Amino acid sequence: MQAIHAIETPVIETQGLTKKFDKFVAVNKLNLSINEGEIFGLLGPNGAGKTTTLSMLATLLPPSGGSARVNGFDVSREASRVRKSIGFVFQDPSSDDLLTGRENLYLHSLMYGVDMRAAQKKIDAALELVDLTERQNERVKKYSGGMRRRLELARGLLHEPRILFLDEPTLGLDPQTREHLWKYIKRLSTEKKVTIIITTHYMEEADALCDRVAIIDRGKVVALDSPANLKKGLGGDVVYLSFRKPNKPNLAAVKKLRCVRNVKREGDRVTLSCDYAASQLQNILKAIGKVESVESRSPTLNDVFLHFTGKEIRDDDGDAEGGYHERMMHSGNR
Amino acid sequence: MSELSGLYALWLREVIVFSRERSRVVAALVQPLTWLVIFGTGLGSAVVLTGIETGVGSAVGGNAGITYQMFIFPGIMCMTVLYGCLFFGLYIIMDKRVDFLKEVLVAPLNRTTIFFGKVLGGATDSIIEVVILLALGAAFFGIHLTPATLALTLLLIFILMIAVVSLGLTIGSLMDSPEGFGLIGSFVIFPLFFLSGALFPVNNLPSWLYAFVRVNPVSYTVDGLRTLILGIGSFGLAVDFGVTAAFALVMVVIGTQAFARMKL
Repeated sequence: MQAIHAIETPVIETQGLTKKFDKFVAVNKLNLSINEGEIFGLLGPNGAGKTTTLSMLATLLPPSGGSARVNGFDVSREASRVRKSIGFVFQDPSSDDLLTGRENLYLHSLMYGVDMRAAQKKIDAALELVDLTERQNERVKKYSGGMRRRLELARGLLHEPRILFLDEPTLGLDPQTREHLWKYIKRLSTEKKVTIIITTHYMEEADALCDRVAIIDRGKVVALDSPANLKKGLGGDVVYLSFRKPNKPNLAAVKKLRCVRNVKREGDRVTLSCDYAASQLQNILKAIGKVESVESRSPTLNDVFLHFTGKEIRDDDGDAEGGYHERMMHSGNR
Repeated sequence: MSELSGLYALWLREVIVFSRERSRVVAALVQPLTWLVIFGTGLGSAVVLTGIETGVGSAVGGNAGITYQMFIFPGIMCMTVLYGCLFFGLYIIMDKRVDFLKEVLVAPLNRTTIFFGKVLGGATDSIIEVVILLALGAAFFGIHLTPATLALTLLLIFILMIAVVSLGLTIGSLMDSPEGFGLIGSFVIFPLFFLSGALFPVNNLPSWLYAFVRVNPVSYTVDGLRTLILGIGSFGLAVDFGVTAAFALVMVVIGTQAFARMKL
């Protein structure tokens, strides 16, 4: 009984957690409960309040209201204990690029008071875990973006935290490196049994990695479930229809169809959900009238996001990557 | 325990980085050597030092074996410290721009520990530069030191380093742009250096200038170093050590406060 109870105990619990910057409310009365051992995703567009939430949980930012407990410690009153029990991988590169990979890990062990007799072995194991053993004595300056992230993952684990925070871990990486990194994150979860909280604005990432996802928009959780359930909740496939003037969609007629749900119109576009869309397409088209184009597919988390917020996750990839490279260059100046 | 190993980690980091960037040492020595060789020789050929007193109080005319180069040597040591240590604070701004500082700040370490780690790291870099400068001084500029005066010299200048690194870190923690830091830094260094009597004897100054010299804490370090290295001084060694230490103490207090309040 005891063991079962322990598994059900949330390692992170927030109640009405709020952060205001002047009048802007970045995080709005957030209630979250994250269980031990899961990979939990905070999915939302840039500026939704994901990083602010993480910063408050990691005691880097004081909350403006509400409370949060991490590993049983209060983030406001027991900041030092919280910090000792968590690992954090930041959005921007945070390894020291004038030092070697191994030196970065060694200094981290010192700062976290890792027992020095055990430290060297732990560093070996951590390097092994992220496949950096061969490059450990090279300066981080010479590492690729993906290698840096892997080093930072290893570093975040050295002091054996029970929770690892990953803030946009694959931001600015190319798709191949990104999928590669997912493999390592999964490995950490299964081999180290560490609870992982990850923020991302990449839907595929949340889909591929997370046991549960909280969709966040403007500082609020708008949906929370496993990716599969979230998609299933939309009901069947998603059908996109577009129109060209003067043709107008006959929404009233299409809404009468039994299989159709969640009909939404946005300008010339209509989106709807439908079970077994492939076999119902003829009926839908007959009801709705002359269309310019039609497309149907299984729902993605983007559709889930669209459903709950009425907008798409804007993939500000260009901007985000620009910022990343700019910072990389600054770090090179050091 | 973890605070202590954290302090060691922060210090070690600076030492490793410094040992990898040897060009930094060379760059740090170009400026003082330029002053010594060019300014020291140039102006030295035109001035006769008057109004300086030896340790025992007898007046020297200008040829008591102390050349102008030797006379400004302690001041130039202080200049090396002022530039090297103050601009050490610039790295805080660089660290802010990448998330490296966050990695340090999220560690379960006291902000004061982080501050002292940085101060010790910066002072270690600077002491290496000063030792090289002293060796060059002994080889080429006629500087003589006994083990005792060498130890006291290094102690005094180390106290100054703590003060100036703290000042640099305070400025760095308050600012976000390297350009802004450069402006403020020069603005701070110029009066501290030129009003310290580094380049001229302070005894025969007009009273308005003398007043400025007396309120500048760096004057006392210069005076103390001059006493130790050349045997000439105006304020007394105890006063020199006392004022330099007080300067360091005030700067450390201000710096730890600024660090504790630093936002990311």
